[in-house]
Amino acid sequence: MDFLVFQYPMITLQACLDGILLGVLFALIAYGMALQWGVMNIINIAQGDLVILGGYIAYFMYLYGIHPAWGVIVAPVIMYFVGIAIYKLVINKVVDRDLFISILATFGISILFMQLMNFAFGADVVLANSGYGTTMLFDNNVVLPNSKIFSAFISIVFAVCLVIYMKKSKLGRAIRATAQNARAAKILGVDTEKVYAATFGINAALCGVAGALISITFTIHPYMGLPYTIRSFMIVIVAGLGNLPGVAMSGMGLGVFEEFADYILGTEFRIGSVFLLLVLILVYRRFKLSRKREYLK
Amino acid sequence: MNKNFILYAAILIFGLAAPFLFPAFKVQLSILCVLIVLATTWNIQGGEMGYNSFGNILFYGLGMYLCASVQVGMFFPLAEWTESGGEKTFVHTPTQFFQGMAFGLVVAAVVPTIVAGLIGYSILGLRGHYFAICTLGLGVAAGEISGGIEIIGAGQGFTTPPFPNVGSLEARGEFFYFLSFFTLVLTFIAVRSIYSTRFKLILNAIRDNEDKAEAMGIETMKYKIIGWMISAFFCGLAGGIMGGLVGYIDSTDVAFDGREMGVFMVLMAILGGKGTLWGPIIGATIFHIFKEGFWTFFLGWQYVALGVLIVVIVIYFPEGIMGWLREKYPERFGEVVDEKDRKAQVELK
Repeated sequence: MDFLVFQYPMITLQACLDGILLGVLFALIAYGMALQWGVMNIINIAQGDLVILGGYIAYFMYLYGIHPAWGVIVAPVIMYFVGIAIYKLVINKVVDRDLFISILATFGISILFMQLMNFAFGADVVLANSGYGTTMLFDNNVVLPNSKIFSAFISIVFAVCLVIYMKKSKLGRAIRATAQNARAAKILGVDTEKVYAATFGINAALCGVAGALISITFTIHPYMGLPYTIRSFMIVIVAGLGNLPGVAMSGMGLGVFEEFADYILGTEFRIGSVFLLLVLILVYRRFKLSRKREYLK
Repeated sequence: MNKNFILYAAILIFGLAAPFLFPAFKVQLSILCVLIVLATTWNIQGGEMGYNSFGNILFYGLGMYLCASVQVGMFFPLAEWTESGGEKTFVHTPTQFFQGMAFGLVVAAVVPTIVAGLIGYSILGLRGHYFAICTLGLGVAAGEISGGIEIIGAGQGFTTPPFPNVGSLEARGEFFYFLSFFTLVLTFIAVRSIYSTRFKLILNAIRDNEDKAEAMGIETMKYKIIGWMISAFFCGLAGGIMGGLVGYIDSTDVAFDGREMGVFMVLMAILGGKGTLWGPIIGATIFHIFKEGFWTFFLGWQYVALGVLIVVIVIYFPEGIMGWLREKYPERFGEVVDEKDRKAQVELK
């Protein structure tokens, strides 16, 4: 194994920039995950499949001759209603139940989506070609596709809009109130059922945006959902719930980690290293927390 | 007690006679035995201990790879075997095959147990969401990583030794059936005797309230690890048998198949009823019949059906068949029911 990465700074720079641009996308998905986790206390295993579904919406627009970048507008609108439908059919029955029930139920949704997408769109790896060029930096040593820069920019725009919306709008305040204390919010006249539905819809819409961007920048495949779920879960636990700068930072960190894992270990271990990192983070977290518990003893 | 004895004897006789009664279904029956073993052992820590794991597939896949590797590696160079793929350059004699299988199964059972013990301390400290997702990640990571290791076939898969020619064409099916049936009986006896000891009560205490159990002076971590190790032991064994039965090991589609086997074992236990002795057995049997019917007649739609099935079971039958029976006939489960109390409850509903 040669660590060319460390001997040749341009590769390091390339990996870092790639990772940061990728990480912004992860952070967007993780933001949706943090939202529903905080409000409804549900871990949605189907998160990644919603992302891929959003990607296919953009891909189909590309197939029918519309520029896939418009998918950024169309995908969230469609995905919002998909999210509401999932909420009405399944999630509202598991919101107050045992944690494991919700994980298993969303796992079922994930398998269902995977297979339906496989039927509908075929098992090929596809990408929507945006036709954006590339940007060369540092004497053509660092190559950045413009689509990546575009996707990072759009993710930031969406995230900022959402943060402002959550702070200012009535629904946003209702969502935050429900996240703090659902029962108190109910007493004060918040229709928590509606808030839950809207939260899940917003989460699905965010996934739609991210998916559309992923179909432009990377590739999509019906079975690629689970890694996105795991990544967003990991980002949320590293950052902590309700810590937005943390989500952004850990998203970028994960992106950079993945790029380096890709260079050093090889592409075949990329997904494996993500899952292994999750296990390591959880184990680290467990020992850190158990030290705190010792304090109580 | 006497009634139970007759029941067990009947099941045992049926089990021994099954391959001769239904010779066409020998492979299916063997798979059923393996599925029951997996569901029953998942139930030890999923149902009794309350640690819902998606990661028992790790031990299953580990056992599968270990058994096959030992079986090959004892007599032939492993790397050349995997390189040759399905080519029959190396042929096991019957003695070699059975020796390899026996030794391989021992390794396949022992190593996952040790692995469970080693990782148990760090992973079983997690709770709720974190444990479930961590084990899910563990299973997928194992699949992805084993898919990149050259010596066990990497992406192209690993062919397990073909069954040697011992004269009869039926021998292969019968061998694997009796092997898996024997494992099933062993598992059942082990689990049943575990469930009649204090150990089960401790596991239930951990499930119901871990902090209180700890406060009562139970070393919860020790018992959690032991519970997980028992689970891992039988999962590894089942994996080793399944590897030989399927004849071909692929990292993500056969061994560490979180999307199929990993979900199946959870689903079977929940379908039958978590935290009961017979629940996983009934659940696995019904699930297997349903699955095979569906797989045969609606090929291609099986995962759609699986997804819908998971959602429906989880939402509408979280207590499973045994839970439903228990609610309906509580007397049969040894619960004393006050008739007046019951009527009052019905009225309240």
